[in-house]
Amino acid sequence: MVAQVSGRFRALVLSAFLVVSLSLPALAGDFEDGVAKFANDEFSDTEEAIGIVATSGNPLAFPIISALQDGRLSADPDIKKVYITREDGKIIDAATGGVVDKLPDNAAAVRLNNRLRRTVAAALGSLTLTSPDPAKRIAAAQSVFKSHEENALPAINSALANETNRAVRSAFAEARAAVVLYKSDTSDAEKLDAIATLRARGDQEALALLTGLSDQPPLVARAAASAISSIQGTLAIWSAVQNAWYGLSLGSVLLLAAIGLAITFGVMGVINMAHGEMVMLGAYTTFVVQEIIRTSYPGLFDYSLLMAVPLAFIVAGAVGVLIERTIIRFLYGRPLETLLATWGLSLVLQQAVRTAFGPTNREVGNPTWMSGAFELGQITITYNRLWILCFTMAVFAILLAMLRYTALGLEMRAVTQNRRMAASMGIATSRVDALTFGLGSGIAGIAGVALSQIDNVSPNLGQSYIIDSFMVVVFGGVGNLWGTLVGAFTLGIANKFLEPVAGAVLGKIAILVLIILFIQKRPRGLFALKGRAVEA
Amino acid sequence: MPMHLTRDRAGLSRRRWLAATAGLVLGLTAFSNAKAADDTIKVGVLHSLSGTMAISETTLKDTILFLIDEQNKKGGVLGKKLEAVVVDPASNWPLFAEKARELITKDKVAVVFGCWTSVSRKSVLPVFKELNSILFYPVQYEGEESERNVFYTGAAPNQQAIPAVDYLMKDEKVKRWVLEGTDYVYPRTTNKILEAYLKSKGVAPDDIMINYTPFGFSDWQTEVSRIKTFGSAGKKTAVVSTINGDANVPFYKELGNQGIKATDIPVVAFSVGEEELAGIDTKPLVGHLAAWNYFESIKTPANEKFIKEWQAYTKNPKRVTNDPMEAHYIGFNMWVKAVEKVKSTDPDKVIDALPGIEAPNLTGGVSKMLPNHHITKPVFIGEIKGNGQFDVVWKTPGLVAGDAWSKELEGSKDLIGDWVGKKCGNYNTKTNKCGGQGS
Repeated sequence: MVAQVSGRFRALVLSAFLVVSLSLPALAGDFEDGVAKFANDEFSDTEEAIGIVATSGNPLAFPIISALQDGRLSADPDIKKVYITREDGKIIDAATGGVVDKLPDNAAAVRLNNRLRRTVAAALGSLTLTSPDPAKRIAAAQSVFKSHEENALPAINSALANETNRAVRSAFAEARAAVVLYKSDTSDAEKLDAIATLRARGDQEALALLTGLSDQPPLVARAAASAISSIQGTLAIWSAVQNAWYGLSLGSVLLLAAIGLAITFGVMGVINMAHGEMVMLGAYTTFVVQEIIRTSYPGLFDYSLLMAVPLAFIVAGAVGVLIERTIIRFLYGRPLETLLATWGLSLVLQQAVRTAFGPTNREVGNPTWMSGAFELGQITITYNRLWILCFTMAVFAILLAMLRYTALGLEMRAVTQNRRMAASMGIATSRVDALTFGLGSGIAGIAGVALSQIDNVSPNLGQSYIIDSFMVVVFGGVGNLWGTLVGAFTLGIANKFLEPVAGAVLGKIAILVLIILFIQKRPRGLFALKGRAVEA
Repeated sequence: MPMHLTRDRAGLSRRRWLAATAGLVLGLTAFSNAKAADDTIKVGVLHSLSGTMAISETTLKDTILFLIDEQNKKGGVLGKKLEAVVVDPASNWPLFAEKARELITKDKVAVVFGCWTSVSRKSVLPVFKELNSILFYPVQYEGEESERNVFYTGAAPNQQAIPAVDYLMKDEKVKRWVLEGTDYVYPRTTNKILEAYLKSKGVAPDDIMINYTPFGFSDWQTEVSRIKTFGSAGKKTAVVSTINGDANVPFYKELGNQGIKATDIPVVAFSVGEEELAGIDTKPLVGHLAAWNYFESIKTPANEKFIKEWQAYTKNPKRVTNDPMEAHYIGFNMWVKAVEKVKSTDPDKVIDALPGIEAPNLTGGVSKMLPNHHITKPVFIGEIKGNGQFDVVWKTPGLVAGDAWSKELEGSKDLIGDWVGKKCGNYNTKTNKCGGQGS
């Protein structure tokens, strides 16, 4: 019942607000009664209260509505008193503005549902159209754009007339166009203008407004249809760009998970089924680091990942060295037994983590610099994916440099190319074996830090990456890091272009089939090693 | 994934060994005050403690141990103490059947509480039929089943999916629907039911998008942007999610990162509860919805007592409760009442006594076992809050009776389950014959 009222009600609210803000403040008694309605804990009463408060012209209106949006408005249902907890921690009585010592014990935050959140955003939008902060004015314009209530027109007109900032002006103009387009008594010429503005905006929201139009005069309908097809055309190009970006991002995740395996399997030839568990250990290290930071040094939370990277490398690397020393070194040259032993080990590690941390997911938070997204043209790029891509490339570059320019890297390559000759040259091959395996495992641990940002941190984390990792290494060419790089990005991009067409399930199957066919043709993968090392 | 299956089988012996150790340890703590084996009644617990489903099922094992502990404090049942027999089917569907057989024949349990996925339930069904024992199944499922030996204490589709869609249609005025699910039997059947229901309410086929992703899917970028595109056609859009288990966390993270707010495109989920949310920062998700028959945040004296005792039992003041736990709570109490009514644990007598038995649920009502072996439950719609809990924004006026056979599907709309009058799980009311689809 409230839903039907809500549209009309919001309209009433906005128009009343305009009248009131230009003339006299409403009677204080109405305002106080309105505020008291927040204490009834009924969604319909809260909606009424928002209307009364927003139209009151009272200086407390903005603090109340914004506190409501942030969950800082509390109400005591018994004495019908409402309080604002200000951002600085001070508590004030919402009806009078007087400072209160502390919240009553039975005061609870005023509840919202989705419909009310929209009402709040619309009310707040009209209250902040004249905010001194340009970013807030743009946000306000955006919320008017979304609700496109016709009663917002006078407010947006006057705001537009007084606006000097160019970015805000165009946001206001777009908001105005949205309102005008949906207003019942707009002339055709004005509608055509509005359609042109929306066409210039050219994003999905503009498209949504244009497709939502119905029962228009033929001239307007034709203009709208042409604007729609123009926007759709642009968006189609952008969606190809977007697929490419998604492919790069998926490729970077695949590469990150596979790069450690490219060392243990690719360079050393150990079929390491416990590789995924090294990734998992890295993710759990991140969790532990964050837990310690949360309880002891909450201010450092944004740096938690930076701290977790070296620790994850050490933890997973140490476990890797331990595994190599105690199990794998006895199994060199016996691939089947290595496979079974490392797979058994993966189960042991999983169950150990399950016993220590419990079977449920652990919460690893995103630091602020990894949350959210930004718009690049018409595509959304999320920060966490962008950072993971950068991070992967950095890890890859460092690893490559290490193998090429350090003494350990030289020894590693020597041992894997010709063990006997390396030994006769005085290289302690078993030490190099342990360190190489430790390096591969440590890198898997680093991958775990990054993957904890986009996946579940649970004992099963590693399982979901092991098959993909082998796929990437085999496809790219065993023993070749560049092959792993190209393989990962090829698979990622191919997957993301198939997914919208074939769906996620079929897309994955198609990729598997393609790889099988490819391996038939080129058994050694994209970049096969040449020379004697191949035969060894 | 075939590879996955072989891996599971090969790891069986090791897992079994681990399970046995785990079981032993648990056993020692759980029955330290039990008397000699003869004067106890054995209760089987068939939940995965390792493998992919351990994430959800371990809590249910703890729940049954907790309920048994509470019952024993009250003096047990029929003057005997209850004794839990815990086994670990390790998320391995064939192993579920094997372990069920072991529980019934070797341990001679009177009743089994267990299973989570539908495929595990289907795997143990023949065993329970053959050996004539009782299974209490506590998870919301796709319906289309009513078996003499199984009691379904979770929600049938009409106790979860249909009311949720009704809410979105009436309160949020949703006109365009994305049915997004994991690719297996529960989402596929539920979406079939929902599709038929939406079409019967006049939703155009163009306004329904159905999409499936594999188990454990983690790269949601493309799917989420497809939802965004689908949602920008000028009509209010909502996502009905039957995404299962681990895939949920990356899905919600991607939603949050791509800035899809509940006020624009709300997501209503049927498999996301307090446990699943415990692994995510829920602030970007505020306002997204879930439909369940129970929420931890519901304030009733029974629920507050249950949460307090549960946290004391697990010695973890942060331990959350969820819907399948409540289903076990109701099912366990119903079984106790039925046993006390017939003064025996004989399966035939208990099965006949159970329909009609009433037991209080935790949300202030009294649930009743129906002749189709489903129960009556209230339906709640909750919005996710910033602290990982739910805020109930809507509920059914009374309790809803569970339908074993969905009225929306062509093949099952004439079928009913009635184990009291007709002694039949799939009685066709048109032809007045027992037998039909699903027998």
